[in-house]
Amino acid sequence: MSAGVREGGWRRRRRFRQGAAYALLVLGSAAYLTPFLWMVSASLKQYETVFDFPPTLLPKQVKTVRLHDQVLKLATYSPPGGKPARVAVLKADAGLLTMEALSGPRKGQTVKAPQAAVKYDTMITPRWRNYPEAWTTMPFNRFLLNTLIITVLGIVGTVLSTSFVAYSFARLRWPGRDVLFVVVMATLMLPSQVTLIPQYVIYRTLGWIDTFLPLIVPAWLGGSAVYIFLLRQFFMTIPVELDEAARIDGASSFTVWTRVMLPLSKPILATVAVFSFVALWNDFMGPLIYLNSTKNLTLAVGLRVFQGTYGTYMHLLMAVATVALVPVVIIFFVAQKQFVRSIVLTGIKG
Amino acid sequence: MRPRRREAWEGYAFAAPWIGGFLMLTAGPMLFSIWLSFHRWNVLQPAHYVGAFNYVYAAHDPRFWTALTNTAAYALVGVPLGQVVALGLAVLLNQQVRGQGFFRTVFYLPSVIAGVATAMVWTLLLHPDAGAVNLVLRGLHLPEKSMPGWFTSPSWWPPGAMPGLILMSVWGTGAAMIIYLAGLQNVPQDLVEAAEIDGATAPQRFRHLTIPMLTPTIFFNVVMGIIGSFQVFTSSYVVSNGTGGPADATLTYVLYLYKHAFEQFHMGYAAALAWIMFAILMSITLLVFKSSGRWVYYEGVQRR
Repeated sequence: MSAGVREGGWRRRRRFRQGAAYALLVLGSAAYLTPFLWMVSASLKQYETVFDFPPTLLPKQVKTVRLHDQVLKLATYSPPGGKPARVAVLKADAGLLTMEALSGPRKGQTVKAPQAAVKYDTMITPRWRNYPEAWTTMPFNRFLLNTLIITVLGIVGTVLSTSFVAYSFARLRWPGRDVLFVVVMATLMLPSQVTLIPQYVIYRTLGWIDTFLPLIVPAWLGGSAVYIFLLRQFFMTIPVELDEAARIDGASSFTVWTRVMLPLSKPILATVAVFSFVALWNDFMGPLIYLNSTKNLTLAVGLRVFQGTYGTYMHLLMAVATVALVPVVIIFFVAQKQFVRSIVLTGIKG
Repeated sequence: MRPRRREAWEGYAFAAPWIGGFLMLTAGPMLFSIWLSFHRWNVLQPAHYVGAFNYVYAAHDPRFWTALTNTAAYALVGVPLGQVVALGLAVLLNQQVRGQGFFRTVFYLPSVIAGVATAMVWTLLLHPDAGAVNLVLRGLHLPEKSMPGWFTSPSWWPPGAMPGLILMSVWGTGAAMIIYLAGLQNVPQDLVEAAEIDGATAPQRFRHLTIPMLTPTIFFNVVMGIIGSFQVFTSSYVVSNGTGGPADATLTYVLYLYKHAFEQFHMGYAAALAWIMFAILMSITLLVFKSSGRWVYYEGVQRR
């Protein structure tokens, strides 16, 4: 019997713990999602209402009515002890409103009342036009195209070059290989700022400033060391017998790479691809340094320039920000498993 | 079997992209950068050798110290706070609640998409009047004089720009959370059950079992967190319109380096700044590594 009681207590405690965890998670996720909600809501507001105080989540607008050849705000007036009546606001003056009643016993009459007794009638009016308006204020189509070019070429380069190099470190025996692999790992510890300035000077000397080359070429030269590490570890789990069999059939190393390694490594190659997608898409400092002319900007830098020029048009800014985030969010949802798995393997951040 | 020598040649050929990239984009630039840090150079005129001047200058440059203390404060407050939040979320997610996948997605998403767009969203979110955060705080009837000014104020209290940046960084700790979650799932369940049978309460189990088992993960996340914090750039650039303001409150180290290198073209000084940062990061990492013997528990490794 006592065992049963203990068992029940344990179960109750466990259920309580789960309930508490659940409540905290709901609260936490609401907090984590607020920025997104706020962004989308602001992107659908009017210029006049983005900075409303107090702010509202839904893009609201006060209803209006045409009366005496004027556009007047509609409101509901609740007189003390009386029935609420629909009114049109004629004048708002330091907390005192002059209104014309549109319903109720005093219909057609002019009424005065303090602001506190009156509530403006609002309606939810998402302003979808913000999106095309914002998108055409600057050449965002061009920015999108530029970002796509850099991202696609960067991904292809990263996947090809890192898997190429990783194959060498995983499968081929050559003098100095293990020492160089330690060097690969050591470059992980090197903050990119150390090589930033000399790289800029090199690209400048080559005449590559204001071209996409400084953003793409490094991806074709071994990309990031994390990916080489990730791919090497994966290649080493592929049975050597498979290469040997291919070799007996006369395959060269290149063929082994294309016909054995790559087809068997699709999941990890996908991981590398999605990570480099996010890194390239979100990159800000690179394009900021290397691209100058407006026609060459990427979305990230274009957004920043937009903010610098039209920063007060918060509703438009949020519309473009929303559009810029959509592709990454989609990729995130499509490839979530890849992200989670590789982050556990290597700890690389998105 | 293939002849050895042929295989060696192929090995070099396959590693060539990385070797080339390493020589041209890492090793060469590092040497060049050391050389640069002892010169004064504005890209257009020939470089002048100035000895250790750039390093000495940094020591006497008040904005260098501002940038360094800002970044240190960002790391010192942001990393522990981020780790606590990440670990807390991971523990909650580990409770086998329904919808675990959904919650995990929500908490992880911000860290993946963080960039210019999200930094802009935060400038609105932390707007003193129109922002959601202050709306909630006003709902709690906080006195108006302790209402945060966020990116409009350089103060720490009421929360100003730097606390705002830290809040953004905490929002982006999803990656650390995922790593903690994996760590938690590796805590042997039989140990937990044994402790439970011995009458250990949940907090006791967490303190004396889960935390020690997680120390390698904590160690890894802390090191990565420090390195990441020192490199913060995009968020401080975006919230301050590239100025590091108000009153240099968001002037982080890399932003300061960027301004010297690419706004004023003080290439020598910027190179010196990069090396100072490298030295600081290396020392911190070494320090954490050194201390790890005392607090990181590795299974199967005997403690002396």
